[in-house]
Amino acid sequence: MVLKAKRLCKLALGPVLMLLSLASAGALAASSKVNEVNMPPGVTEVGQRIYDLHMLILWICVVIGVLVFGVMFYSIYHHRKSRGVTPATFHESTKVEIAWTVVPFLILIGMAVPATSTLLEIYNTDDAELDVLITGYQWKWKYEYINEDGENVEFFSNLRTPQTEIYNAEAKGEHYLLEVDEPMVIPVDTKVRLLLTANDVIHSWWVPELAVKKDAIPGFINEAWTQASEEGIYRGQCAELCGKDHGFMPVVVNAVSQEEFDSWLADKQAKAAEIRELMAQTFTMDELMERGKAVYERNCLACHGANGEGGVGTAIAGSAIATGPVSGHLNVGINGVPGTAMQAFGGQINDVEMAAVITYQRNAFGNNMGDMVQPIDVYNHKNG
Amino acid sequence: MGDHHHGPAKGLSRWLFTTNHKDIGTMYLWFSFAMFILGGAFAMIIRAELFQPGMQLVEPAFFNQMTTLHGLVMVFGAIMPSFVGLANWMIPMMIGAPDMALPRMNNWSFWILPPAFLILASTLFMEGGAPAFGWTFYAPLSTTYAPPSVTFFIFSIHVLGMSSIMGAINIIATVMNMRAPGMTYMKMPLFVWTWLITAFLLVAVMPVLAGAVTMMLMDIHFGTSFFSAAGGGDPVLFQHVFWFFGHPEVYIIILPAFGVVSQIIPTFARKPLFGYDSMVYATASIAFLSFIVWAHHMYTVGMPVAGELFFMYATMLIAVPTGVKVFNWVTTMWRGAMTFETPMLFCMGFLVLFTIGGFTGLMLSIAPADFQYHDSYFVVAHFHYVMVAGAVFSMSAAVYYWLPKWCGKMYSETMGKTHFWISFIGFNITFFPQHFVGLAGMPRRIPDYALQFADFNMMSSIGAFIYGASQILFLYNVIATIVSGKPTDKEKVWEGAEGLEWTVATPAPYHTFERPPAVR
Ligand code: HEC
Ligand code: HEM
Ligand SMILES: [Cu+2]
Ligand SMILES: [Cu+2]
Repeated sequence: MVLKAKRLCKLALGPVLMLLSLASAGALAASSKVNEVNMPPGVTEVGQRIYDLHMLILWICVVIGVLVFGVMFYSIYHHRKSRGVTPATFHESTKVEIAWTVVPFLILIGMAVPATSTLLEIYNTDDAELDVLITGYQWKWKYEYINEDGENVEFFSNLRTPQTEIYNAEAKGEHYLLEVDEPMVIPVDTKVRLLLTANDVIHSWWVPELAVKKDAIPGFINEAWTQASEEGIYRGQCAELCGKDHGFMPVVVNAVSQEEFDSWLADKQAKAAEIRELMAQTFTMDELMERGKAVYERNCLACHGANGEGGVGTAIAGSAIATGPVSGHLNVGINGVPGTAMQAFGGQINDVEMAAVITYQRNAFGNNMGDMVQPIDVYNHKNG
Repeated sequence: MGDHHHGPAKGLSRWLFTTNHKDIGTMYLWFSFAMFILGGAFAMIIRAELFQPGMQLVEPAFFNQMTTLHGLVMVFGAIMPSFVGLANWMIPMMIGAPDMALPRMNNWSFWILPPAFLILASTLFMEGGAPAFGWTFYAPLSTTYAPPSVTFFIFSIHVLGMSSIMGAINIIATVMNMRAPGMTYMKMPLFVWTWLITAFLLVAVMPVLAGAVTMMLMDIHFGTSFFSAAGGGDPVLFQHVFWFFGHPEVYIIILPAFGVVSQIIPTFARKPLFGYDSMVYATASIAFLSFIVWAHHMYTVGMPVAGELFFMYATMLIAVPTGVKVFNWVTTMWRGAMTFETPMLFCMGFLVLFTIGGFTGLMLSIAPADFQYHDSYFVVAHFHYVMVAGAVFSMSAAVYYWLPKWCGKMYSETMGKTHFWISFIGFNITFFPQHFVGLAGMPRRIPDYALQFADFNMMSSIGAFIYGASQILFLYNVIATIVSGKPTDKEKVWEGAEGLEWTVATPAPYHTFERPPAVR
């Protein structure tokens, strides 16, 4: 109840706020994130400098605005016909006109100086201690930690908010639309260089609190950097229209201590090594079925049903594709069916998982194909 | 139609075959109003979907079609043609010419517009839907990843471009050749000046837009790779070409508005425009600068830092001539004897809100800060302050100001003022909070948003419905005036009005200045 009343108050406050001119933007910086009205200074030094620059220019504009609108409203009040005034006839004054050309010019120079130095700082990507390659996909991000010695670590970061929340069947969680299955992790107090590119269309990687926004463009690699000074989870979104689900590809960055980061990375590397080993391995039917069941339950069950009976997706039990040639089945699993809910899983689950789940679908729910798909088959299908 | 002493032809053929600048102006104005309503309907769908978090009314794909069509229809269908219509009506009457210099081309440049928009609107019903890549149609979203309807979009942009170029050539030819004796350049009303400069901008940049869409067409159908990185092309090239058109385009939209305001404020201040010469020079410098600032829309694409700095400094410079204009308008009011009829109210609204839009423009020009503002709702707020409160408000002012001259009837002042106040309040409720959500991190062009933006978005939607409704009142007022307004035959409808258009009879006869007037 109280909350509701507060909300209503805030709504009523709106029109009043708007009349308070831009000044309110600065003065009303609220503490909570809800109804935030200003740019966050964030947790980086560059972010702080950008924020200061933003406030400086805002206040300069406010002062000029107050002067100009002050004169204007004074005039509107005093120089109206209903007060019986007779209009003056002057229509030029070289002195005044030169003054109001030169003074703004000087003010602009005053703004350009801090703007230039901040820009140079933003462009200085030297001496980074960690490189992360970020690739935009329709509609998710991929992060690759580039390691000269040792295993590269790469993973996709997908929106985690369920469709049921988006379509209002369930209450929305606290981080609605700003949550992912696997966040990017960076160590604090470390200069991290971000290398940005895209796989399909242009995306833009934006986290306000890290003060980074940079376009991810296919065929190009852009550079940016950040250095978080506080541990925490920072949330942002894709900023460049990239198609249907542009609004549903958040960026989440988890800034942790150096130790925590090291152990996270080591963990990831170990897992990556394990998978690489598995990739070369040949599995038995039982192994594939066991792994496949787990993958199916995690990734496919929601749409294809616990017994392959279908639901949002078509039935797998007796399906023509699951009981047809392996290559056709692999094709659907890897590339999805465009224009339907059946996504391309090729980039989302690894080759071992794909081999297992395809084998599983061919041999479960009464499908008795008796054939097996090995990781190497998935690899070959993807690459040729 | 050779005999000029006849009135208009009867029936439909009057409108189809007319070469009369007033008829063509009227058609442009009605057409642009229809487009304004259509684009407005798209906006209402957008704001209704954004009323609350979650997807309620439309699907994300359709939402993107709405934002795209809204932008295209408003820019190319509502604002640009409305000012061309105004130019058609007023320029000959302001410079003492009997008609436009190229009347047949005038007919053609209007009549290719409706089919072009019919084609654009028909894409909504095509397989794969209407264009969904934003009014800025960045490649490769608009090429490799576009719906099939993109080809029709390209065709319609080509036709719109042709129409604009023809209109612009006509205005240039008229102003250069048809001025009454004694009407020197530096005696021309400011509206004529701003349109002359706008026309040069149009002739310079519409072909660039045509080039951009032609390259898209080649990429889509003829195997080239201008914008496809996979084929050795460059997606960023698209943005450079687009904004080389796009930034002057925003001045194409606002300069005629500057002209309108410069006509109306002196009338109701009963005092001549302050700094006429500097107004002309400021307009010309804005036009010049508009060619060298395009990449301020591209601060985040990864330009070299030297380029970034160049475009930042050049963009900041635009604030100087823009400031000069605002100061001149305020000084025109200073020590005048003002009254506040509807046209003046809209000009006051323009002055306040456009200045706010100019301030946010200045903020956006600061490249490091723009890294945070870019592609957020802050930009949406900025350009609506300059385009709606700038161009649309001044267009409303123009209609109220000249309507009595056009049809010889007075509009209802009460209704006009109501229209203004509802528009003004609705507009601010809609767009002021967008500064807040943008700064707080809400990207533009999204169909759904995080919970912390909910309250301001709801406010924004409520404001939008209010603003939308007020335009119905506008339509009603205009129709009521034409049908049953209080007749007036005063040549000078407004006490303080100056200029040749106020020397002809009211309502303006079908043919005016068949013999050139004497200009002091
Ligand atoms: C979000 C819902 C969804 C999920 C999750 C999903 N699918 Fe599908 N799947 C579909 C839909 C819908 C179709 C039907 C596509 C069509 O119309 O052709 C489909 C079809 C298929 C088919 C073809 C069946 C046939 O005979 O038409 C296969 C094989 C398949 N999916 C495999 C998988 C696998 C493997 C997974 C898990 C890794 C998976 N799907 C997860 C929705 C889903
Ligand atoms: C003082 C003058 C102005 C300055 C300095 C200025 C500056 C800018 C800048 C830097 C941007 C890019 C923001 C971004 O995308 O990050 C921008 C966007 C925009 N401006 Fe302005 N502007 C000014 C006036 C105008 C006027 C008069 C108009 C139109 C009537 C206008 C229309 C637009 C539009 C439409 C966009 C957004 C384009 C898009 O991305 O869709 N601006 N402005
Ligand atoms: Cu995106
Ligand atoms: Cu611009």
